[in-house]
Amino acid sequence: MSGGLGKLIKTLQIDTRLLGMIGAFVIIALVFHVATGGTFLTPRNLFTLTLQTASVAVMATGMVFVIVTRNIDLSIGSLLGIVGMVMGVIQVQILPDIVGFGSPSIWIITVIAGLLLGAAIGAFQGWLIGYLLIPSFIVTLGGLLIWRGGAWWVSKGTTISPLDPNFIMLGGATGTIGVTASWALALVGSALTVLFLINTRRKHISHGFAVKPMWAEYALGAILVGAICGVTAIMNAYMVPTRILERRFAAEGLEMPEGYTEAYGFPISVLIVLAVAIGMTIIAKKTRFGRYIFAMGGNPDAAELSGINTRLLTVKVFALMGALTAIAAVIASARLGSAGSSLGELDELRVIAAAVIGGTALAGGVGTIYGAILGALIMQALVSGMGMVGVDSPLQNMIVGGVLIVAVWIDIIYRRKTGDA
Amino acid sequence: MSTPLLEMRNISIHFGGIKAVDNVSIDVMPGEVVGLLGHNGAGKSTLIKILSGAYKKDAGEIFVDGKKVEINSPIDARTHNIETIYQTLALSDNLDAASNLFLGREITTKFGLLDDTAMEAESRKIMARLNPNFQRFSEPVRSLSGGQRQSVAIARAVYFNARILIMDEPTAALGVHETAMVADLIKELKAQGLGIFLISHDTREMMELCDRVSVMKNGQLIGTERVEDVTEDDILSMIIMGKNPKQAA
Repeated sequence: MSGGLGKLIKTLQIDTRLLGMIGAFVIIALVFHVATGGTFLTPRNLFTLTLQTASVAVMATGMVFVIVTRNIDLSIGSLLGIVGMVMGVIQVQILPDIVGFGSPSIWIITVIAGLLLGAAIGAFQGWLIGYLLIPSFIVTLGGLLIWRGGAWWVSKGTTISPLDPNFIMLGGATGTIGVTASWALALVGSALTVLFLINTRRKHISHGFAVKPMWAEYALGAILVGAICGVTAIMNAYMVPTRILERRFAAEGLEMPEGYTEAYGFPISVLIVLAVAIGMTIIAKKTRFGRYIFAMGGNPDAAELSGINTRLLTVKVFALMGALTAIAAVIASARLGSAGSSLGELDELRVIAAAVIGGTALAGGVGTIYGAILGALIMQALVSGMGMVGVDSPLQNMIVGGVLIVAVWIDIIYRRKTGDA
Repeated sequence: MSTPLLEMRNISIHFGGIKAVDNVSIDVMPGEVVGLLGHNGAGKSTLIKILSGAYKKDAGEIFVDGKKVEINSPIDARTHNIETIYQTLALSDNLDAASNLFLGREITTKFGLLDDTAMEAESRKIMARLNPNFQRFSEPVRSLSGGQRQSVAIARAVYFNARILIMDEPTAALGVHETAMVADLIKELKAQGLGIFLISHDTREMMELCDRVSVMKNGQLIGTERVEDVTEDDILSMIIMGKNPKQAA
């Protein structure tokens, strides 16, 4: 990197890996934008891209913790399948008879049941790994087969649809929060970001640590707030097609006013991803639980000698992975509006690839939440871009596989250069 | 004689059919340095790992200030103010100095979240005392030199008001200058009234730093002698022959 730019990045304390990933995403987006004749970088396509990424992104954040503790979870695709299927049965075949069809309590009870089931299965697998010392590769490979079979068995192979209308909103395809709420959210997010920067600086000064120059703080704040507002503007630029608006007015027996328009705003599923990302980042950086996960990944013996119960920690990490998989199951089944027994097939590989492209080291101890989410976005951009260009699906898989290997190779070179092995 | 700060009495432990430690008793007084000597596999490290809570003894008793205590985990050892500097240092290489120093005993804010700035500030204070040249607080410890890593491990042991300190080969990976720094530190901690168990292969260093030495061979205690009563050759023959020449005479 040239001297001036390198110094600028260092002063701003921006992670160079993050910059590299954003750069990769921009290049992929630009290439497809040109190749598709200008349809890739449109609000509509970017909106769809975030919807498609949501479920893998949620699971990828959990996979970071799993891989950081030197484990792997191959069962999550199947876990997503069985949790999605059980939630489908609960909301379609069980709850309507008890609370009445269309009751708003249906989606709430369904989601809670799904979270409990996901966490319980995850905790059970974690117990096999942590306490019975069976390698995670084997436990979750077994889980991959067991839970997929279980998903089929729950419904005898039938697809459950249509799902509860409120539940479907969580998938984001129909559930968006509109322009005003989106901007309000962007405002709150920007304010919190600025407050966080001010608070960090104040704390560092009070302890007498070195701080960034003031212009760097302003620049960083401007970049972050700009990013928040930029994404919001894109989501708010995707207009609801006139046909759909007309139908909605007609359904309420009203005439649509001349020239009436409306934009989608943030999909609920994307807001779920944001909430998960923020929550998981706080866990990783600011809680004992997160600190112990990284300590165990760096040196399991040292962690135990420091009094950390690494067995219980393993159970907790897999339980969290299970709960996040349940959230992903909500998003995935709600987006499709149905729960089939093949829901989530091969997701474990997409999720692992996203985490690894995002800089999670399989040797353990290293990984970031934002990296995993960006990794998921990069993968999805590649897949949908190729689909739009008309690349055949077998060739798509070959290219994604190649990209995964090259990404890890670049990562190895990067680590060797920067010395953070 | 006054009460020892710490006493391990008739300690035994097996691994499979091997008696790694066989009926060994050692003790340390406040402000005393007791050296543990012996070949590799003599049982020194195993004995002190029982004291630090990493292994569970099969038989024997441990007394702190004359009171019997149970040490079944590293946390138990820490509650009795027994701190250990392991030969491997037991650092998480991917974490920075402050995270390692406070691992398992983090400072938290009133919301229960980690207070990294407070931990770094405390780390800076203790490191200013132990190793004033140490400045690399925000880097993972893997990128530090052997001596810097050692000072992080030492800082962790002395920060939390240790009364009994176990040092397993603290100078094995260090240069001449850093070894001298550790020797000075041991003298300083001794003057503060800590009881120190020191493990080393360097007999001359042990003669210099220790008040007494206990020699082990094949899991058994050969003898414990005051350093002024024995020569380096006496100790070497205890280590090699497994016999105490003073008792034989």
